Amino acid sequence: MRTPAFILILTAVAAALYFAFNLVGNDYLFFAGYTVLQYIVLATAWNILGGYCGYVNFGSAGFFAIGVYTTVFFYAVGQSIEEIFPEFLVAPMQAIFPIPVPVLIVIAGIVAGFVGLGMGYLTLRLRGVFFAIATLALTVVLETFIVNWSFVGGSRGAYVIPPNEVPIFGHFIQFLFALMLILVIVALTTSRLIERSKLGVGFATIRDDELAAEASGVPTLRLKLVATVVSGALMGMAGAPFPYYIGYVEPGSAFSLSYAVNSIAMPMIGGTTSWVGPLVGALLLGTLQQVATVTISSAANLLIVGLLLIFFVIIAPRGIVGLIQDRWRGRSKS
Amino acid sequence: MEFDLLINAIIAGLMLGGFYAAVTAGISISFGMLDIVNIAHPGFIILGSYIAYIVNVHFGVDPIVIAIVALPAFYALGSVIYQVYYQSFEKHGQDSLRGLAFFFGLLFVTEVSLNLIFGVDYRSVDVPYIGGSVSIGAMEFPVRMLVPCLVSLVMFGGLQLFMSRTFIGRAVMAVSQDPPALQLMAVDPIRIKRIAFSISIATASMAGAFLIIIQPVIPSAGREYIGRVFAICVLGGLGSLPGTLIAALMIGVIESITSTFYGPSWSPAVSFGLLLLTLAVRPSGLFGR
Repeated sequence: MRTPAFILILTAVAAALYFAFNLVGNDYLFFAGYTVLQYIVLATAWNILGGYCGYVNFGSAGFFAIGVYTTVFFYAVGQSIEEIFPEFLVAPMQAIFPIPVPVLIVIAGIVAGFVGLGMGYLTLRLRGVFFAIATLALTVVLETFIVNWSFVGGSRGAYVIPPNEVPIFGHFIQFLFALMLILVIVALTTSRLIERSKLGVGFATIRDDELAAEASGVPTLRLKLVATVVSGALMGMAGAPFPYYIGYVEPGSAFSLSYAVNSIAMPMIGGTTSWVGPLVGALLLGTLQQVATVTISSAANLLIVGLLLIFFVIIAPRGIVGLIQDRWRGRSKS
Repeated sequence: MEFDLLINAIIAGLMLGGFYAAVTAGISISFGMLDIVNIAHPGFIILGSYIAYIVNVHFGVDPIVIAIVALPAFYALGSVIYQVYYQSFEKHGQDSLRGLAFFFGLLFVTEVSLNLIFGVDYRSVDVPYIGGSVSIGAMEFPVRMLVPCLVSLVMFGGLQLFMSRTFIGRAVMAVSQDPPALQLMAVDPIRIKRIAFSISIATASMAGAFLIIIQPVIPSAGREYIGRVFAICVLGGLGSLPGTLIAALMIGVIESITSTFYGPSWSPAVSFGLLLLTLAVRPSGLFGR
């Protein structure tokens, strides 16, 4: 299938989903749906580096939080324009702020992309395992900075009050939901494009045997940098609308380990070799968690994720997609 | 006055470092010597803390005694985990990616289970010496820090002796370098690795007891140790126990000075920052071979 057709189909599905949710007319559905969509973006982004290149990133929460705090930062700037800017800039700045969420998403993507580039330069010369540990370390360093940075709330946290109504979309959550749908389309398309391009082949050589790849002239470092930038940027973009969604952000929730666990568990459970895996994993686990949060407790749903991750890693290394492929192949043989 | 502050910060740092050495010992063995990225190790330390807490609350036994009694149980746990790890990953020569995810899952499951059982409140133990302190001149030694540090040093010395003097210890050092050669000596590398990994998990029992003596514990406390522990392990030059001890004391002192002069909220960034720097500049560690 060609990429434009792929995008068209995704858009159609997204639009159908949006209108179906609208028909039901329950706000909770949008809130729950938003979380699942957010996980699809995170899982897909993680998979670009983790699944395609074989570099495990434990720092998803860090990149997510970069997005979150980009929004918080600009919100805070918007709240105190008179104090920050010199006299002659106040009027134009008041026209710019508050920055609309879609723009914030783009800015967050750029910031997170740059952090990804920096992290890549620092760590990608390392063996895979050290890279994983370094990403974890990076998250904690970032969290410490945010905790000590009082302008964005520090450890107390910050309130970000969303406007009540948005033209066309009505309630604000519907607007955020639609934005997330677009992000999902962007993430899936990017992921699929990479998979089918020369870039994806390059990534696969890194995953299979980095030394051999390098010896055959694959520019491994440059490819890995591309992967960290794209993956980081997508995670940051997923985080940008979050403050508006949740209303109150503190470092503990923005850097929550559950983002790191989920963005690893979802591709692992779905299957890491193609863009379908993270999507399947995120849909399944995300929905399961929403149901479990409502019916059991939010701690229990995290336990389920952890156990499923261990289970799948041991039993079905290629994830659900791999299981289904095996099944098909078995059938066509017999 | 400033000087006293600095001296006491250094002393507190050294004692903290002694404790960090106990926390890192397990990682030094599993990650440094066996190449098993046991990222769940801090989770097991917290588990040790909670076992010490439960027994202490009900029977008033000293946490360190409890930890020593619990050693066989942790050893057994280590054996089981290694067996699963070996059967599902190591045997097939699978890439460490899945092993990493496996341990990450373990860490998470441990934390969430403790959360479900004990809740998110801070738990602490009740030991008579916790409030006391010994002072020599201007120097203060809080007993709450001193006891874990001393016991940890004893444990560390014992481990080092075991590794360098006994046959099994030497075999563990050898297995990290050349398993086939070990087989030629009629030693089963898998068995040696299992023993070594079990010992590494057993140290978590002790470290857990130290932790809960030093400070109250919550289920998520393990996370902040992940980076610290790996920072120390890498700084110390993977798998070298003396190197680990020196690196642990170093990190302890640096963290203590940072939190004395700049405030405790900055201290987590120190070890992680050092780790990032070490990885970027000198991945073989300060004392690497």
